[in-house]
Amino acid sequence: MTAEARLGQVANYVDERTGAAAWMKKNLQKVFPDHWSFLLGEVALYSFVILLLSGTFLTFWFDPSQREVIYEGSYAPLEGIKMSAAYASTLHISFEVRGGLLMRQIHHWAALIFMAAIVAHLMRVFFTGAFRKPREGNWIIGVGLLTLGIVEGFLGYSLPDDLLSGTGIRIAEAIIQAIPVVGSYLAYFAFGGAFPGEAFIPRIYTVHVLLLPGAFLALITAHLMLVWYQKHTQYPGPGRTEKNVVGYPLMPVYMAKAGGFFFIVFGVIAFLSAVASINPIWLYGPYTPGQISAGSQPDWYMGWLDGLVRMAPPLESHFFGYTVSWNILIPGLIVPGILFTGMALYPFIESWITGDKREHHLLDRPRNAPNRTALGAMSITFMIVALINGGNDLIATHFDLSINQIMWGTRFGIFILPPIAFVVTKRLCLSLQRADRELVLHGRETGRLLRLPHGEFVEVHEPISPEKAYLLTSHEQAPALELPEVDRRGVKRAGAIRNKIRSRMSVAHSEAIPKVSANELKEIEH
Amino acid sequence: MKRLSRYRRHKAAGPALLIFALLAIGTTFSVASATTTAQTTTADRSALIEEGRQIFLKGCSSCHGLNSEGGAIAPSLVGVGAASVDFQVGTGRMPMADMSTQAMRKEPLYSPEETAALAAYVASLAPGPEIPTQEQLNYERDGSTAEGGELFRNNCAMCHNFAGQGGALTQGKYAPTLMGVEPKHIYEAMVTGPQSMPVFSDKTITPKEKMSIIKWIKAAEAEPNLGGASLGRVGPVTEGLLAWTLGLGVLIGVAVWLAMKAR
Repeated sequence: MTAEARLGQVANYVDERTGAAAWMKKNLQKVFPDHWSFLLGEVALYSFVILLLSGTFLTFWFDPSQREVIYEGSYAPLEGIKMSAAYASTLHISFEVRGGLLMRQIHHWAALIFMAAIVAHLMRVFFTGAFRKPREGNWIIGVGLLTLGIVEGFLGYSLPDDLLSGTGIRIAEAIIQAIPVVGSYLAYFAFGGAFPGEAFIPRIYTVHVLLLPGAFLALITAHLMLVWYQKHTQYPGPGRTEKNVVGYPLMPVYMAKAGGFFFIVFGVIAFLSAVASINPIWLYGPYTPGQISAGSQPDWYMGWLDGLVRMAPPLESHFFGYTVSWNILIPGLIVPGILFTGMALYPFIESWITGDKREHHLLDRPRNAPNRTALGAMSITFMIVALINGGNDLIATHFDLSINQIMWGTRFGIFILPPIAFVVTKRLCLSLQRADRELVLHGRETGRLLRLPHGEFVEVHEPISPEKAYLLTSHEQAPALELPEVDRRGVKRAGAIRNKIRSRMSVAHSEAIPKVSANELKEIEH
Repeated sequence: MKRLSRYRRHKAAGPALLIFALLAIGTTFSVASATTTAQTTTADRSALIEEGRQIFLKGCSSCHGLNSEGGAIAPSLVGVGAASVDFQVGTGRMPMADMSTQAMRKEPLYSPEETAALAAYVASLAPGPEIPTQEQLNYERDGSTAEGGELFRNNCAMCHNFAGQGGALTQGKYAPTLMGVEPKHIYEAMVTGPQSMPVFSDKTITPKEKMSIIKWIKAAEAEPNLGGASLGRVGPVTEGLLAWTLGLGVLIGVAVWLAMKAR
């Protein structure tokens, strides 16, 4: 019997018992569009798989306990030092477990790349408008995954109980305490008493290895099932409509590409872990509340939060014997709360502004949605300014600057630079639209100069391909909403202020350079 | 006369003159400065002090005052001790390169002999911390690395970073890196508290504990980077930078390659 026949027999055996053949046939032929930016989410997914695998390895030796031990391991500079069992076991993983340090570094690099890939994927989805109906729910799941990722990463950073992680936990405790009235009670509940106590590391260990990974698995499954069910969005182009998906089938093209890509992601992370040190906890030393290192920073995905806290002026109020620490409350809870709520609600806000309730499966080119693109650039600028202040001490020492100058610079910058980024980006988008229009009307500049018989010089323009012309003119330019103050019968409508805001935002949102119409093209041809 | 008028408008005349002038200035300067550095020590202490005073009057008194009494821009040196002079001059911090926020480490201007003379002169003004002897500085024998690490994290890491890489202070001041600093200078810095640094007297940190700190710093300096490239030993900022650039950067490159149309 040939191998093929034998394989067929096995397949038949399974199919007779499960009836899976029809389902498999349909789903293995499912078509996915092809673009590099669609792979950013895949990078996050594969990093997550690597995190699960390497994390499981680490649990075999990690001892999540704040029980005090005296170090007797092989790292001489810490010999005889009192430390928690958590820290001692992390040293054990690093120095005595075979491959342990590599696994720790793989786990940590994978975490940083996981978060970076999530953010990059988020930007792709935002700037191309992939969050629009029917994908608002999946957008919210994505924002949830990002938030959980930040928390999960922070807990992982806190687990080894080294000097840096203890410093981070101390700041987390301060943020919990800053919640008005109940803050100090919440902090007592979380830590099982006064800081640092002995309860926190075991508790966050359970959350880090059980609760949050479980939540991740559930949310990622839902995220992917929705992509499967709603089908993937695609970039506009000839032959691509709101009703089809142009691309390659899952089997064999994407099976091979995605499978190969997993190993490439694993390879890049393993390579980084082999050549670059990350979180060298033996240098930080064990945590004791009395110690701190200069330049203590969180991992990058928390850096913006640290930067906001660092730039907050010392504001405090006292009400009825309670202290409200605005300097922690505003940057630590209120601003992130507004940012993440706003991000989660953005699809609904945009559809309210545009009045667009239709389904969208074709993506926007960022330049064709100038207001959205500008809003995204504004948010990124805000985050970068905050992130810069998060590393202000290192920037000060490495670029010979004063830490105070950086702090004041970012204090003003956080208010001034994002609006500037908004205006500049919007203008850039409109200019690019203008360039597109020129390109369609007059074609490509060839750089060839021609002298006409009467002496005039002209540059020869070459018409662009019909495919390109289609791409540059196929997008929709919706007019602004018309929300008259009075209805048909001349009665003033309810919610006048709301309508005014909505119509103003709608006008701003629909600002565009008119694309070339079919009539204009015909005129040019004649 | 005729030769001169013939060649002085030659096109090579200008450059030749310039080279000659530069050589002349350079030679004169090196001869002149050689005479100041060629001084030798004398065993006689008072002669040493006198020699130090002469160097002081030439090189230091414009800021610190003719009698080391200090002035508007520089502190009095009465009572700072020989250790302070040895640290400040021996690490090149004094004389200062410019009047910026902080004197930085640079190539020392004075030879060890001149530094010793200066130290002897300043020590003669009033008693102060002494330069430690080689016997006192036997940190390999007297210190303990692990204890030094604890002391370092308790007293030094908040400014000099967990691995002695240095860190930022306010208004552009900074705690310098401790890597490559001589044990003698580390000791002197602890007892004299230069610039923004507090004094760690022998009551706060005993001489034996100081030896432990020095031993730990030297161990940190010699420690190989166990996990691969150290990224500066400054914590997660450089790690985040590498994750975004090399990590995600390479992966995006691969993604672009994977999504390219087959030709």
